[in-house]
Amino acid sequence: MKLTLKIWRQENPSATGGIHTYELDGVSKDMSFLEMLDLLNEQLVTGGEEPVAFDSDCREGICGMCSLMINGEAHGPEVTTTCQLHMRSFNDGDTITIEPWRAEPFPVLKDLVVDRSAFDRIIQSGGFISSNTGSAPEANSVPAPRDKAMRAFNVATCIGCGACVAACPNGSASLFVGAKITHLGELPQGQPERWSRVVDMVGQHDHEGFGGCTNIGECASACPKEIPLDVISQLNKDLRTALKNGF
Amino acid sequence: MAAGTHYLPGLTPTNKPSVQKSDDAAGFYELGENVVDESAPTGPIGERWTTRKFENRLVNPANRRKLDIIIVGTGLAGGAAAATLGEAGYNVKSFCYQDSPRRAHSIAAQGGINAAKNYKEDGDSTYRLFYDTVKGGDYRARESNVFRLAEESVNIIDQCVAQGVPFAREYGGLLDNRSFGGVQVSRTFYARGQTGQQLLLGAYQAMERQVAAGTVESLTRHEMLELIVVDDKARGIIARNMVTGEIETHLADVVVLASGGYGNVFYLSTNAMGSNVTAAWRAHRKGAYMANPCYTQIHPTCIPVTGSHQSKLTLMSESLRNDGRIWVPKNVEDCEKDPREIPEADRDFFLERIYPSFGNLVPRDIASRAAKYMCDEGRGVGPEISEIGPDGEERLVRRGVYLDLTDAIKRLGKHAIEEKYDNLLDMYERITGENPYELPMRIYPAVHYVMGGLWVDYELQSNIKGLFVTGEANFSDHGANRLGASALMQGLADGYFVLPNTIRDYLADAPFDKIPEDHPAVVEALSSVQDKVSQFLSINGTRSVESYHKELGSIMWEYCGMERTEPGLKIAIQKIRDLRADFWTNVKVLGSADNINQDLEKAGRVADFLELGELMCVDALNRRESCGGHFRGESQTEDGEALRHDEEFAYVAAWEWGGDSNDGGQPVLHKEDLVYTAIEMKQRSYK
Amino acid sequence: MAVSGLLFIGFVLGHMYGNLKAFAGEEKFNEYAHHLRELGEPMLPYEGFLWIMRVGLLVAIIVHVACAIALWKRAADARPVKYVAKRNSGSSFSSRTMRWGGVTVLVFIVWHLLNFTVVKINPSNGETGDPDHSPYALLVDTFDLWWMTILYLIAMLALALHLHHGTFSSLQTLGLTNSAVSRARARAAGWVIAIVVAGGFSLVPLSVLVGIIEK
Repeated sequence: MKLTLKIWRQENPSATGGIHTYELDGVSKDMSFLEMLDLLNEQLVTGGEEPVAFDSDCREGICGMCSLMINGEAHGPEVTTTCQLHMRSFNDGDTITIEPWRAEPFPVLKDLVVDRSAFDRIIQSGGFISSNTGSAPEANSVPAPRDKAMRAFNVATCIGCGACVAACPNGSASLFVGAKITHLGELPQGQPERWSRVVDMVGQHDHEGFGGCTNIGECASACPKEIPLDVISQLNKDLRTALKNGF
Repeated sequence: MAAGTHYLPGLTPTNKPSVQKSDDAAGFYELGENVVDESAPTGPIGERWTTRKFENRLVNPANRRKLDIIIVGTGLAGGAAAATLGEAGYNVKSFCYQDSPRRAHSIAAQGGINAAKNYKEDGDSTYRLFYDTVKGGDYRARESNVFRLAEESVNIIDQCVAQGVPFAREYGGLLDNRSFGGVQVSRTFYARGQTGQQLLLGAYQAMERQVAAGTVESLTRHEMLELIVVDDKARGIIARNMVTGEIETHLADVVVLASGGYGNVFYLSTNAMGSNVTAAWRAHRKGAYMANPCYTQIHPTCIPVTGSHQSKLTLMSESLRNDGRIWVPKNVEDCEKDPREIPEADRDFFLERIYPSFGNLVPRDIASRAAKYMCDEGRGVGPEISEIGPDGEERLVRRGVYLDLTDAIKRLGKHAIEEKYDNLLDMYERITGENPYELPMRIYPAVHYVMGGLWVDYELQSNIKGLFVTGEANFSDHGANRLGASALMQGLADGYFVLPNTIRDYLADAPFDKIPEDHPAVVEALSSVQDKVSQFLSINGTRSVESYHKELGSIMWEYCGMERTEPGLKIAIQKIRDLRADFWTNVKVLGSADNINQDLEKAGRVADFLELGELMCVDALNRRESCGGHFRGESQTEDGEALRHDEEFAYVAAWEWGGDSNDGGQPVLHKEDLVYTAIEMKQRSYK
Repeated sequence: MAVSGLLFIGFVLGHMYGNLKAFAGEEKFNEYAHHLRELGEPMLPYEGFLWIMRVGLLVAIIVHVACAIALWKRAADARPVKYVAKRNSGSSFSSRTMRWGGVTVLVFIVWHLLNFTVVKINPSNGETGDPDHSPYALLVDTFDLWWMTILYLIAMLALALHLHHGTFSSLQTLGLTNSAVSRARARAAGWVIAIVVAGGFSLVPLSVLVGIIEK
């Protein structure tokens, strides 16, 4: 296939960027989207132009390192990560616009690479269970109801890629925060810190400059791991309970 | 004193020290002195670790915050160690090349984690897990290390549950287990097909908690490029800030490498794109021994390569072999046909044919090799792929065999298969565009894990004092092959329980001399990195870094992959030397050093792979036996089964850097004899 | 935001119900309007209830608008650089038009108050202050103008959209949509309230225009 690529290029965090257009031939339907970009980069290097910088690591849809806004959709047209998106989802002659995630707390570092350390700081603010190594009780001494454990698992599959923020018209990270709140809040081990956790994490979320949630739902539909919108409801419920109890 | 037996007073070894007769690698290496694990424990196997934990000295809590620990890598081993040492009150600096510690490739592990909890009351025990692991590793691991691993396995589960890892549970709310990787007990804990992810997030969260507490500093997008050794002790690292390009000096009292495995030397593997050997290799070049580098695990059920564009391979859980039948067409001319049009009589169910009693469930290495042979014969399926042939010439071969669920769907119904493998089959369809319910799936083996790594003693300390190595980066626990669901166990055991208990004995000698940043050793390390960066940018040749990596990978895969032979390995060594020489004169790295430059990052990694690849071939050439993941064509039974030579090779091959072979250098081999007292060596058979 | 929104939902439901009195004829409708002023007497003074309502609604609107502005600003700050291409695929039209839709409703409310409450502008003859003291007459005069009816219908469309997402959103924000059932209920409530309120409100002007309701 032959494609026209419109790609955001930006030299460094302080430079002004812009869309550059490239023609790319010889794209196979079996390529992943990132392999298509590898091909472009090989072509650019051969022609003496600096390759396009983009993040990727595991390339099997689990590490959350890849990103990209593809034709206006986070991770492109399929419900998956960019690394698992394949070129058979596109047609010969297509024009594809590729942009970085756009959010103030996710500044562009170069081309399509953004800094998502705001997510780490949100986790630091309370996205954990305080349990020092060696202090744990025997694992089966605290049973966890199976349905709750399953819900915890389902939302714990969040890969922290930031697609929710990228897709949200408000630039909110509520789905990310809600997923962690729900994961830890559904487990018996997560109860002691449940109320302080939600207050602290929401506080950090706002402090980082993410937008407020208006329950639009773009986040959940962009999420490659299909984290449902109800984690935001859980977040709100926990926050309400926490504030009511003076946390 | 007989080599290797000095530490076993009162214990009777079950094997004799080996004496190597063959010398296939003559001319490619020098033989050095045997290496002995001076810290190896004594006493009955069940008491060794307990005794050691008691004997290892303590560090006063008030002194801990004055001690600086560098940890490179944030996977299970590195993340868990950072969290635990941070909790203990040390000053930890954690480094990772990714944008967040949570991205480390431990996250991609699917199957599960073993632990000898015996919740199923099916006869499991610490000893049985120990026994299975040593046997699975084809008796090439140290028994004391493996026993310790089995002992700590149960604590890992407790720890992870307390952290909120959402393991699968039964209806009563207790933890569920499954059987995994051919063992007969159910000891594998799992979180659907994403166990690695959940365990890693647990360690990551524990570590981020310490970041908030101020005990751990997390330096992301930082790549270690050199080890600082002062007075024979590891005292810090040189790292490149991958965003600003700044080459930074980080000094510490002790350095821990938890930087993962080097499977990407094969270019195509199930590793992450960024997985590399650089941290370990830099340490190796500074004197740390590299042990058993040729031990590679190849996983039989991966999605095959579709073309030269392929950047990585994806694993499909082995559990598919429980229900799928593996076959290739009997006739070469059928290979292009739609498989549904090939009648049953013209299908060769080769595993069932060759191994009638185990059939499709033979161990990973046997299944992998059989698939390779079928494709070598020209009976592979799928697209034709360009590769280097045994003669060194390029050729086109179909690399794939069918894994057919049709019978299982007929027998159990589509719904049952969907329930079992839904997410796997979805992933397969997404990647290949083929519907596995209608067409047989195509699979092919791929490099998955390396058992080799930096040599460490029982304390996980390398031969450079103050340099500790954990997880896949060390060689210690899996011998020549790793059992399924044991990588996660080792990473977390090292990080949470072993390293924190051994590193304190080293740190008890503190305070160490303060090292000034202008110390000659520091300055030398810093300038060597700066020089190399500017060298890459100034070569300005004609070939991309990527193309060198691909070529190295195809050499490694052909000659040092599933089957290794003496002539093949010798060809490979020469080819790698030529490729490396060409790389240093003809590589093209564009851009600048002062911001994100992914080609520059990759150039450094590929340069190190080009040296490692050669050492792997030399190691494979020297080890004229077949054991675990290492299969030498010259060492097989009449039936084509792997043949081990305990009398010659029951040793760990620890290699010392001897300089670049293109400049006349040769690696130096130090052997560490393996001595067993708690288990007896046996040959395996799967016929 | 959610709490003030729910208050408005309650208010528009009541208001819509009252409007339907128009079908009962001039007398009943005017009586209803008058009764609103006497509600709560003698506990409350004349028009006491109405003033409580007015103050309550005024506070709610201030809170609602203030929250909206704050959220709007946060959203703008959170994405200073816009996408060249952005496609929304997983959200309703109503959810994405809350802000401009809300502004539309607000502008409408200002006119609506001028029309029926504060200045009592009769758009058919330009009179102010409702000299006949017949809210019913004012209503019929207004909606006998086809363009006034259209204007009100457009406003009701905006209101419907606002309520469709607002109902669900307020329940979600209050954490009341935690199970599959409650979520489905909240979504359904959005549809029901949007259709009932906007539909109910629209009946009166339409009926006036086609002559079912007349002086």
